[in-house]
Amino acid sequence: MTEQNYVLSIFVENRPGVLSRIVGLFSGRGYNIESLSVAETMEPDVSRLTMVTKGDAVIIEQIKKQLNKLINVIKVYDLTGTNYIQKELALIKVHAKSEGRAEILRIVDIFKGKIVDVGQEHYTIEITASKDKMTAILNLLKPMGIKEIVRTGIIALHR
Amino acid sequence: MEFTGAQILMKVLKEEGVDTIFGYPGGAVLDIYHALAQTDIRHILARHEQGAVHAADGYARATGKVGVSIVTSGPGATNAVTGIASANADSIPLVVITGQVPTHLIGNDAFQEVDIVGITRPCTKHNYLVTDINDLAKTIKEAFFIARSGRPGPVLVDIPKNISASKAAYKLPGEIKMRTYNPTYKPNLKQLRKIVDLIKSAKKPLIFSGGGVTISGGSEELTRFVTRTQVPITSSLMGLGAFPGTHPLWLGMPGMHGTYRANMAISNCDFMLAIGVRFDDRVTGKTDVFASNATIVQIDIDPTSIHKNIPVEIPIVGDCKVSLEELNKLLDEEDFNHVKEKRQPWLDDIEKWKSTNPLAYQAGDIIKPQFVIEKLYELTGGKAIITTEVGQNQMWAAQYYHFEKPNHFISSGGLGTMGFGLPAAIGAQVACPDKTVIDIAGDGSIQMNIQEMATAVQYGLPVKVAILNNRYLGMVRQWQELFYERVYSATTLDHNPDFVKLAEAFGAVGLRAQKSSEVEPVLKEALSTKRPVIMDFVTEREENVYPMVPAGAPISQMLLV
Ligand SMILES: Cc1ncc(C[n+]2csc(CCOP(=O)(O)OP(=O)(O)O)c2C)c(N)n1
Ligand SMILES: [Mg+2]
Repeated sequence: MTEQNYVLSIFVENRPGVLSRIVGLFSGRGYNIESLSVAETMEPDVSRLTMVTKGDAVIIEQIKKQLNKLINVIKVYDLTGTNYIQKELALIKVHAKSEGRAEILRIVDIFKGKIVDVGQEHYTIEITASKDKMTAILNLLKPMGIKEIVRTGIIALHR
Repeated sequence: MEFTGAQILMKVLKEEGVDTIFGYPGGAVLDIYHALAQTDIRHILARHEQGAVHAADGYARATGKVGVSIVTSGPGATNAVTGIASANADSIPLVVITGQVPTHLIGNDAFQEVDIVGITRPCTKHNYLVTDINDLAKTIKEAFFIARSGRPGPVLVDIPKNISASKAAYKLPGEIKMRTYNPTYKPNLKQLRKIVDLIKSAKKPLIFSGGGVTISGGSEELTRFVTRTQVPITSSLMGLGAFPGTHPLWLGMPGMHGTYRANMAISNCDFMLAIGVRFDDRVTGKTDVFASNATIVQIDIDPTSIHKNIPVEIPIVGDCKVSLEELNKLLDEEDFNHVKEKRQPWLDDIEKWKSTNPLAYQAGDIIKPQFVIEKLYELTGGKAIITTEVGQNQMWAAQYYHFEKPNHFISSGGLGTMGFGLPAAIGAQVACPDKTVIDIAGDGSIQMNIQEMATAVQYGLPVKVAILNNRYLGMVRQWQELFYERVYSATTLDHNPDFVKLAEAFGAVGLRAQKSSEVEPVLKEALSTKRPVIMDFVTEREENVYPMVPAGAPISQMLLV
């Protein structure tokens, strides 16, 4: 069976240890976590996780059921194949000597990013993008020399 | 009025109907034991925390009630882990209370501190650390609710010393309703309806039942269903006893050491109703060819058990008993008389498999382990509660003792924990004082929790231990013989203790049989003794368990005697 990425939106009780139950489930059963982002919802006792996981259809079915089986999990939504918005935030510190600066600014502009820090030899770019756009901008910036990067993992919401 | 946390704990335990606790004290549970002494709850002091938890487990399996265990922090808690994991693997309801260091010391590497909630997260159904005394009562009540509902399992509650020692007001917690946990008991009726039609149209139908039937209390309903539909039935190790083992439609256990006819029936059936089973690899062998000609319907209360190892055509989430009740209602309008003819060739096949390759062994002067179990079955009229250790002894017990009733075969199936049988027998005997309780043991396994003989003697529990003494870690030796060029690496037990003397040293009765003719007298004497007994059956050393399906092979490819 073919493997692909799945985007899960998981509502959990906001309590100590809940995240470790989820992460432990994945490591214990050999499932993949491609990315994970977590924060409180409007209800302070509920957190929402967006997880990207990889596997074939049978494994994903099992993952969803195993997640639902955890006592602290309220609900699991599989956004894969549905109509949803997904975004990821990244901070990218890229080499920027005078000759390359204009090119970097152009790329950042096209992708509606921002320069949030400027140094002697670098720019730090803030960019919010979908997965595809993120890949595209990283490909364009790579030749300039990416010094450091930090990404949040995607968050996703039904339309 | 205010109560200590320990007193509040006792109040909730009483509320939950707890009459017996299996435990072991220590610093972090001093307050709890102090409060316990002021109640009428019976406490059984095990000799090792693993023994305490297995005993609570045996109690739970014999009664269907929640078993309760209390142990101290640190080593007390880690000693309990094997017991907890064993119960978890077999879906047994337990509430295990562990002491913990005071909340202000948590995370400090304090004396006897371990993160037992972290350690047991993957081997409990759920667990809690209580950090506020005002949450205590509700947490305990929730623990019981979770342990016994849905697919049951062990729940651990870690109580820091300052929580059990400090005081608060007690308010009886109301009924537990949980936002995030609400198991599905009632099956989808439309799906159930399909089963009836499939059974009627099938030429080679088969029922494969498991521990879920026993746990749900659905044994009678299962028997009624089978009798009514006249479909042959096999059940996993965990399911033994839920259907009478002497019934003409009974095929015996399937899988690695299953009967020839059960494995052949699975491999050839065209319809399988799987109920309360999870298709463990010890049952399925090579999964792609498991029941590959069959339309499979699976009923289970735990959705994760469905589609996990074996793809099924019709998945049904629901309680086994409720589902069987509903099915039986549907059957009222059905007539199965005419299907019998159509099925006759199938029943003939099964009969042929049975007669060509029955369970068999060569009897002789040297004691055959199978012979001991056959005799035991005869002499107890199949009515004893049998617990087992793990290894060959366990498989022979499953093959040669024909269980008539549920809750009478108590064995560590999922985890296969050596050392389970004796403490589990103690728990079962506490629960059923008037029953004969026998641990069918191996000489290796029995040494893992032999200290519990002291518990049996202290509380006057007349459990019987039948050691099939082959001076080997027999099951491992069997694999070495068959698949590792007979290199008996670390499986020889040439330095066993004298089990008769050992029994006597514990204050129990020790008996020995060295040849076949001595088996019956020893069994008779043991069974008529009102004290705990160890029977040492000196058996054939290199007897193997057959049939045997090599790991990963199709179950139709069995090594036979
Ligand atoms: C705690 C534990 N350790 C190791 C094993 C692996 N194991 C499975 S069967 C077995 C041999 C058991 O020997 P014995 O109790 O003498 O039983 P026999 O097979 O000889 O009847 C071993 C070591 C186990 N199941 N449990
Ligand atoms: Mg042995």
